[in-house]
Amino acid sequence: MFDQIYTLLSHNDIFTPETLIHYWHGFVTTVQLVFLCLALGLAFSIPLALMRASRNMWISGPIWVYTYVFRGTPLLVQLYIIYYGSAQIPGIQHTFLWDFLRSPFYPALIAFTLNTVAYQTEIIRGAIVATPHGEIEAARAYGMSWAKYTWRIVLPSALRRGLQAYSNEVIFMLHASAIASAVTIIDLTGAAYDIYAKFYAPFDAFLFVAAIYLIVSFSIIYGFKRLERRLLAHLRPVGS
Amino acid sequence: MLINFNGYGPSILKGAVLTIELAFLSLLLSLVLGLLSASAKLSGQRVLNAIATAYTTVIRGVPDLVLMMLLYFGGQVLMNDFGDFLSDHFNIDFYVNFDAFTAGVISIGFIFGAYMAETFRGAFLAVNRGQIEAGLAYGMNRWQVFHRVMFPQMLRHALPGLGNNWQVLLKTTALVSIIGLADMVRLADVASKAVHSPFKFFIPVAFIYLALTAFSELFIRWLNQKYSAGVVRE
Repeated sequence: MFDQIYTLLSHNDIFTPETLIHYWHGFVTTVQLVFLCLALGLAFSIPLALMRASRNMWISGPIWVYTYVFRGTPLLVQLYIIYYGSAQIPGIQHTFLWDFLRSPFYPALIAFTLNTVAYQTEIIRGAIVATPHGEIEAARAYGMSWAKYTWRIVLPSALRRGLQAYSNEVIFMLHASAIASAVTIIDLTGAAYDIYAKFYAPFDAFLFVAAIYLIVSFSIIYGFKRLERRLLAHLRPVGS
Repeated sequence: MLINFNGYGPSILKGAVLTIELAFLSLLLSLVLGLLSASAKLSGQRVLNAIATAYTTVIRGVPDLVLMMLLYFGGQVLMNDFGDFLSDHFNIDFYVNFDAFTAGVISIGFIFGAYMAETFRGAFLAVNRGQIEAGLAYGMNRWQVFHRVMFPQMLRHALPGLGNNWQVLLKTTALVSIIGLADMVRLADVASKAVHSPFKFFIPVAFIYLALTAFSELFIRWLNQKYSAGVVRE
């Protein structure tokens, strides 16, 4: 099998081992960016969603403004503001923060995280608000405090209910991460652009990378389907 | 005197107009493609269904930017090859400049056509089957049933999905700045590099987008109310 791959590789000019390694590095960067921003996003959006679901205007209002602004503007503009803007903050170049902000990776990570937190907060809030009222009443009747019933009753079922919308957000983020190439990050799309520019072969370079994105997208969708089957088993019609 | 933006204000406004043009043209294309492929999926013909399914599946699995780059960089190569072919074999002089605007409209329209297809498909399925049977029983032909009975009712079910797609589409137009089209993001980028103050240009641009999406939201809500007139909420 390796011989076959080897002959295949040695018989074309574009997909040489070097370019494949270039693609591989791009793939690793894309996965890092997407995974980190989603993980950070989840960690931030659960508390924010609880605040956003609060009936107190002074708590939910500011969160609403944040999610509205970040959902109402293009991620590319947010990325540019953070990437170009962070260097302009007076004095920042003399602090330790500059070590992170001078490379494009961390500004992109910050922009992606801020963006996905806005969307995830709304997804989780929707799921929290949809909690059947009887469940909360029952929990209260048992004498559970707010913290206790939120942790034991509201969040576990809300996170399950939000799973489907969440999987859409994961795919959205994977696809949105392609714009990291606009701030000189060599992610998958950036790698494809390099290969295109080097060989002037748009179809080979971009179709190859499109196929990779397609495979990754469907693997994620499949993974979420499995997870849904497991976590939402109690909601499945009997016998299916 | 409003803020002058170092003389870049008018050009950014021009960029905003271009963004809106781009968004509307892509919307038009995506609606046509969406209706066509939703009809293909529901036509019951296996070949049409397979083509439409392949289209919606592949498009939704690939990032917008990659498709845009493929079309923009690849489109010119394709056009040049076609021109060479014509001049070699038929002695016809053929040259089409595949510019960034065309690439932008085609790729965004193509991408959102796939999303629209799913929206329309669901909306068509939501129309009560009895209505179609009633239409046929009145002696209407398939086209009459489609445009008199199905389409107006389908639209009501499709509107929330269409509205969502429009909002995403509007924000996706920002990507054309990467392939070099002078939309407002691109112009703000140029201006902020010249003047070295990114906040001054990108934040107003962000607010223009915000105004557009906020206005769209209100408009969609109004349309929704209009098309839900006479519908009893269960």
